[in-house]
Amino acid sequence: MHLDEKPVLRVENLTMRYGKGCPRCGDSLEKNRCRVCKTVWALNDVSVELFPGEVLGIVGESGSGKSTLMKSLYFDLEPSSGRAYLRDYKDGEVSIWTVGAAERRSIKNNLMGMVYQNPVLGLRMDFSCASNIAEKIIAAGGRSAGQMTERAAELLEAMEILPSRMSEAPRNFSGGMQQRVQLSKALANNPSLLLLDEVTTGLDLSVQAKVLDLIRKIKAKYGVSILLVSHDLAVIRMLADRTIVMLDGKIIERGLTDQILEDPQHEYTQQLVHSLI
Amino acid sequence: MNKNYNFAFIDEGSKREIRRTILKAVAIPGYQVPFGSRELPIGRGWGTGGIQITLSLIGPDDVLKVIDQGSDESVNAVNIKKFVGLCTDVRTTVKTSEATIIQTRHRIPETPLRNDQILVLQVPIPEPLRIVEASEEKTKKMHAEKDYAPMWLLLYESLIKYGKITLGTEYPLMVEGRYIMNPSPIPKFDNPKLNDSECLYLFGAGREKKIYAIPPHTLAESLAFEDVPFEKESFKGKRCRLCGSEDTYLDEMFDSSTGEKMYQCSDTSYCQEVRGCI
Amino acid sequence: MGYVAVSGGSEAIEASIRLLDYYRSGTDKDLDIETVAEKLSLLVDRVMGEAGLYSKTYAALALKQCEGCIEEAVFLLRAYRSTLTRNYYSNVLDSNNMRVVRRISSAFKDIEGGQILGATYDYTHRLINFEIGSEDAGALRMNVLEELNSQRPEEIAPCPRVSDELKKEGLIETVLPDKAEPFDITENLLEYPADRSARLQTLSRADTGFLSGLAYSSLRGFGGAHPTVGELRTGYVEVNVPYLFDEAQEIYLGEVLITEVEIFSEADDEDKLKLAVGYGAVFGRNENKAIAAAILDRELETGGPYPSQNEEFVLTHGDSLEMSGFLSHLKLPHYVTFQSKLDAVRKTRGGKA
Repeated sequence: MHLDEKPVLRVENLTMRYGKGCPRCGDSLEKNRCRVCKTVWALNDVSVELFPGEVLGIVGESGSGKSTLMKSLYFDLEPSSGRAYLRDYKDGEVSIWTVGAAERRSIKNNLMGMVYQNPVLGLRMDFSCASNIAEKIIAAGGRSAGQMTERAAELLEAMEILPSRMSEAPRNFSGGMQQRVQLSKALANNPSLLLLDEVTTGLDLSVQAKVLDLIRKIKAKYGVSILLVSHDLAVIRMLADRTIVMLDGKIIERGLTDQILEDPQHEYTQQLVHSLI
Repeated sequence: MNKNYNFAFIDEGSKREIRRTILKAVAIPGYQVPFGSRELPIGRGWGTGGIQITLSLIGPDDVLKVIDQGSDESVNAVNIKKFVGLCTDVRTTVKTSEATIIQTRHRIPETPLRNDQILVLQVPIPEPLRIVEASEEKTKKMHAEKDYAPMWLLLYESLIKYGKITLGTEYPLMVEGRYIMNPSPIPKFDNPKLNDSECLYLFGAGREKKIYAIPPHTLAESLAFEDVPFEKESFKGKRCRLCGSEDTYLDEMFDSSTGEKMYQCSDTSYCQEVRGCI
Repeated sequence: MGYVAVSGGSEAIEASIRLLDYYRSGTDKDLDIETVAEKLSLLVDRVMGEAGLYSKTYAALALKQCEGCIEEAVFLLRAYRSTLTRNYYSNVLDSNNMRVVRRISSAFKDIEGGQILGATYDYTHRLINFEIGSEDAGALRMNVLEELNSQRPEEIAPCPRVSDELKKEGLIETVLPDKAEPFDITENLLEYPADRSARLQTLSRADTGFLSGLAYSSLRGFGGAHPTVGELRTGYVEVNVPYLFDEAQEIYLGEVLITEVEIFSEADDEDKLKLAVGYGAVFGRNENKAIAAAILDRELETGGPYPSQNEEFVLTHGDSLEMSGFLSHLKLPHYVTFQSKLDAVRKTRGGKA
């Protein structure tokens, strides 16, 4: 982790609301919904920095806005306002939310990788594993079939899937394996930013442990910076260097993961930590 | 000629509109230009796009050739010739070299075309991306944004699954590095003829209401990976049983009395010319 | 020489067309155009609607020419229509002043202007009436005319719409008249998302079976509309064209018989405070098609995951001419494309072996 370097990702004042909003939204919120105009503030003025080689954990209950944050970054959702800068896109000087569709596709495929909780969102279930990985490479302009196949084999092997299975479709794989194919795909173009959204949720404990272990290896081997969303503090504790706690669309606490686990400040974080122990 | 109808059937206003569409198509090679396709007395899906192009271009001095599956005598070709004959008095021919306008379905003639000839292709499904995306609204966006990854992915998946690219006819081409286009259901064998050609190629889809073009000397490359060359249908070791040609697209046939398999040029007038019959 | 390639297409086609005359002639009894136009009026209505050409005589002629095949008759009329110069565009038909022959509402028992059952098969028992096999057409016609003539026609005032009342109450959104030039689907490629004017025209001209099936799927659960027929009215409306030298004047051309349906269903606003309307209008007395069109209008307005709610799906696949043309083209030779397919399959097999 290099906190003194230029951040890989900088998100400023990200807001995502459903509804028009009203002047009284500020003090009339019940959880994240305005009592007056019924606008839902899924993300409310969120700012985040991710440093090179870092794993930043985002923890919170469902509805806290953490997945919305991830989807905004991966262009699956269009934020209402806010800016996001990537170190590797125009030297971090242009917000990725201001550019057009073709440019977004290039950013998404060259500089980012995403793993969804639900593999159906991240994979073409009926295409081969190799094609799933190649999709990213093609989208980034790759036109050598041999190189794609080579890269797919290498990544699958790194994720402990036999390269001989690369012509099989993920539909027939177990949940843990599907997540590992998603990880291979996410890494296809050596991105500087990896987005992991509840990747182990719903998996058996032993499978979870394996996937978490692989993520640790990925971090060491590929030097990628990771934004890791989970509702599970155990996962956060195992992987995250720093952690952000979200509640009702807002960040309520941030700090080194150990610090947050040992000395939580916010009442909600305290509850969360106690329930873990 | 039936005097109850305008020369070449369609009214002059509509013809002009179609010609304007063609000009736009020539100006943006490979781009599908929408147009107000008119109803013809011939079925939609039976070449009405091609016929509308032919009818809007044809003048009294033109010489028309119509082929289907490479043959001048095929039922559909005959039918279209009959219809054009009914509403114009233009001369028709079977000789490729004599024609000024050639309307075709599923083939490009074997005889190389010249810069004073126009080849009009009938197109059932103009959208090359339809095999990867069913919605027109989405494919239109994909073209606009040059988002062609799903097409390449389809080709790659075919390589992974079958070791070969299994697309047959309607094999997509990239035109001038900008638009992916559908050459209509011609065999891959004919795809290279579209590249850097002497003649103007016009594509008409009546039911889908689109016209597009490959003007002469346009770059039209069949999609291929850097390390997997584009491959045509091969008739290696086979030759036409009539004219002996070894470099033409061949139809496979069975002799109904002996059950024997044999081959014959799909371009029947070319075959006849080689044999000196016409 | 055993094999002869398929050629001599011209003779085969001509012989085939002559053979059609054999089938069309059928019997030595004639079927005159007036009989078709006046005795098979629902069939004629359907053909006129799908062709988008209002002419009972030509529709009857077309039906006679093609042994009563609906698609073929529609095809003939459409192809004929595209050769006609378009001299005028009519003014908007005013169906508020329809000369109503039938008008019902399933939403209210009493409606202003009253329900008029008119002619409907809805309440007949579907028993084959064997006497029709030997009826005296002349006598029958005289009887029905006598009965009609013996009655004094009731004055029918122009009826307000059922939806007008609901609009007054604010239960249905009041929309200002849209003066924009409507999209003309006969001269332009429909692009998506489509204007409502384009949608309604497309539905109006669509194949009856296609619309009915889609609307049925929506009713059964593959859709969101739970429609009530607010109003179904059939009657004659005037067609007028603007007078060239004085825009304020119009020239009366005649009247056409149309059926118009408004269905009411829940609006998709969050609070369910309003009703929404779906609209369908067709030539003639093709009631089920008008209802289906109204349901689909509503479904397309809402959108959603089902086929009936997918604009491109519904509007692209319902044109009789296009669907029958593309289906029938499969009967054309595909020797070249099939050869290419064979080549691909053989090569792949070769690669696997």
